[in-house]
Amino acid sequence: MAEAKVRERPLSPHLQIYRWPLPMAMSIAHRVTGVALYFGTVFIVWWLLAVGSGPGGYARFTSFINSWFGRLILFGYTWALIHHMLGGIRHLIWDTGRGFEPNEREWLALATAVGSVSLTLLLWIVGYFVFGGAR
Amino acid sequence: MKKDFRTPLARVGGLGSAKSGTGHFWWQRMTAVANVPLVIAFVVILVSLFGRNQAAVQQILGTPLVAVIMLLFIGSITYHMRLGMQIVIEDYVHGEIARPFLIMTNTFFTIAVALAAAYAILKLSFGV
Repeated sequence: MAEAKVRERPLSPHLQIYRWPLPMAMSIAHRVTGVALYFGTVFIVWWLLAVGSGPGGYARFTSFINSWFGRLILFGYTWALIHHMLGGIRHLIWDTGRGFEPNEREWLALATAVGSVSLTLLLWIVGYFVFGGAR
Repeated sequence: MKKDFRTPLARVGGLGSAKSGTGHFWWQRMTAVANVPLVIAFVVILVSLFGRNQAAVQQILGTPLVAVIMLLFIGSITYHMRLGMQIVIEDYVHGEIARPFLIMTNTFFTIAVALAAAYAILKLSFGV
């Protein structure tokens, strides 16, 4: 009788083996930005309460938000907001049963990524030069 | 044999064993749709107030139109984020105590954020 041989079989590849498909990355980014925005609302509350607390309290807030870390949070928050919004619109399109073809999924994911970065940059450039400046 | 043990009332209600039916899904979508124009309006308000002094920010945020938009924005996003975070907790936290604890904490946090923000906006409008 032939011996039962244990052959080296290929193991099924797990998540880290595959190239990250763009729609998967955008799906993860949607959840991550959602969680980040959740905690980011604390800064909105701080901002609104600081405005109401008078010039002193507002100065403390602006000195934080004008630091490099504060600006990073502010820029990151607006990017996350726009990314989550575009990702959400993508989900609303899917809710109607449209946009499930492979090329459509790729296109929608790419539009979310490129759209969120360019819209955020555009927003801050327009905001800074049209509305901005110290007043 | 009878296939369905539900009462006719339960069947027509369509609320299932959790008694809330598709409510979570529906409100997530409802607030998502509301969030689109409100987020755009909020970002425009935020960017245009960037760099202004406290008196100017207070005056602009206190105008009726801006204040109402901000209140709608806060109401819609806090409800939306409560629903969203609940899903995240349900996906990753399975502990018998940890799960309901975090789901409760989620509700407490989002209501606190909503009320604190609403209080601040109304304070600016009424100048208390």
